[in-house]
Amino acid sequence: MKQIYLDNASTTKVDTKVVEAMIPYFSEKYGNASSQHLIGQEAKRGLEESRHTIAKSIKAKDDEIIFTSGGTESNNLVLKGLFFANEKKHIITTKIEHDSILNTCKWLEKQGAKITYLDVDKGGFVNPEDVENAIGSETLVVSIIHGNNELGTIQNIEKIGEICRAKEVYFHIDACQSYTKVPINVGKQDLDFVTLNSHKIHGPKGVGALYIKKGIKINPILHGGGHEFSLRGGTENISGIVGFAKAVKIIKNSNLKKINELRDKLINEILKIPNTKLNGPKDNRLCNNINISFGNIEGEAIGGYLDAYGICSSTGSACSSHTMETSHVLKAIGLSDLEANTSIRLSLSKFNNEEEIDYVLKVLPKIVKKLRRMSPIK
Amino acid sequence: MQNKFEQYNKEVMKHFLKPKYSGKMKNPDVIGRIKNNMCGDIMEVYLKIDKKTNKIKDIKFQTMGCAAAIASSDVLCELAKGKTLQKAKKIDKKKILEKLRGLPSIKMHCSVLGEKTLKKAIEEYEKKIIS
Repeated sequence: MKQIYLDNASTTKVDTKVVEAMIPYFSEKYGNASSQHLIGQEAKRGLEESRHTIAKSIKAKDDEIIFTSGGTESNNLVLKGLFFANEKKHIITTKIEHDSILNTCKWLEKQGAKITYLDVDKGGFVNPEDVENAIGSETLVVSIIHGNNELGTIQNIEKIGEICRAKEVYFHIDACQSYTKVPINVGKQDLDFVTLNSHKIHGPKGVGALYIKKGIKINPILHGGGHEFSLRGGTENISGIVGFAKAVKIIKNSNLKKINELRDKLINEILKIPNTKLNGPKDNRLCNNINISFGNIEGEAIGGYLDAYGICSSTGSACSSHTMETSHVLKAIGLSDLEANTSIRLSLSKFNNEEEIDYVLKVLPKIVKKLRRMSPIK
Repeated sequence: MQNKFEQYNKEVMKHFLKPKYSGKMKNPDVIGRIKNNMCGDIMEVYLKIDKKTNKIKDIKFQTMGCAAAIASSDVLCELAKGKTLQKAKKIDKKKILEKLRGLPSIKMHCSVLGEKTLKKAIEEYEKKIIS
């Protein structure tokens, strides 16, 4: 069966142009970028050109970009790297972060860190005033997810960046979901650290980057042979890095507009189904994110039926998690366990088209009706 | 945010996608209702009982839950239909799991929900008869 892939916030299909750009780095330019010979230097050129592409995309300098294995590593590196290079022990973050931030923070608490987890409002927005009030003399860094992976909420990072600059604390954003969808300008937005990754933007998995503002000292977490300005040991994943850069190069604003239109159509039509509710904000939302609760039926079951129709989705339902716990993000915006259990997330990409959206809109109301007939709650 | 459907076997998917016993029953002799506090699933079973033979003549369910909970409910009804109350009381999670040919380990509690709901319905019915 042809699959309709609406789980692009989890990961995306690699663009064929990206694959083509990567191929020479497996079998021709396969050298180690640290080697002096021709094949090594070809690899080195691929690495540095890619670094330039990524740097340019966020208005950074080339030597401010460190390649990593992905968003999780970048998030680990920034928080652990800062913590172990500084005396200050207080980190401010939010209740709606990705697990790679939250679990790093939990681990750092055991190492003596003090963490403030800021609340968010119903739309998932952090109040910049709360950031300001939380900053104290011991505060090292404020770390905030730029575009939320579950709700699509885009934070006001300009305002928060300004506060951090004024209070002289570092500011990190996790931009895994927002990168190339929302403009990032490290200078204008007062950013000290930015987590980026490749596989959410039709690049390969296993590669990401961390922007580190020049002059800020952090400790490496992977010690090795001096790679990546001695901040990340390990022979560079050149093919992956080249693919990552290619994915950035081929981003088109017209694609974002198309995704946005398809998303709005989906939201508007789904909300015509009785007893449905959009989770997260109407405005300042990532162009590809939809998160909707369907009263009295479970998200996991809706996903199961969608899957049977060839539609890939995901859910914040506890029944679908490894731990049987409700999504911490949906809880943070005030949803009860029951409401969170009834949610599904649909996330689009440039590869979706109108025909697919129409098909989803044809089958989804039927699925909801069927499951509601099965439900004892009316 | 996970997708788990490939973890369910064909038997589970059959009962989830095409349950034979789902829906409300008109004038049941008794209703059993259980809420699972761990995951929030709610299951109701409706029974019609032959008073002479004490057999379950008809059974239906309504469940708010995941694929495993719905499949467990359907299999429970299949197992219980036509059985005497005494025999139906013996239907346990093991029998439900057997019939489903297993569930992912994290979903085992869904079969317990089925067992408990039927037992509760039968107990309610027996109380009603005595009073």
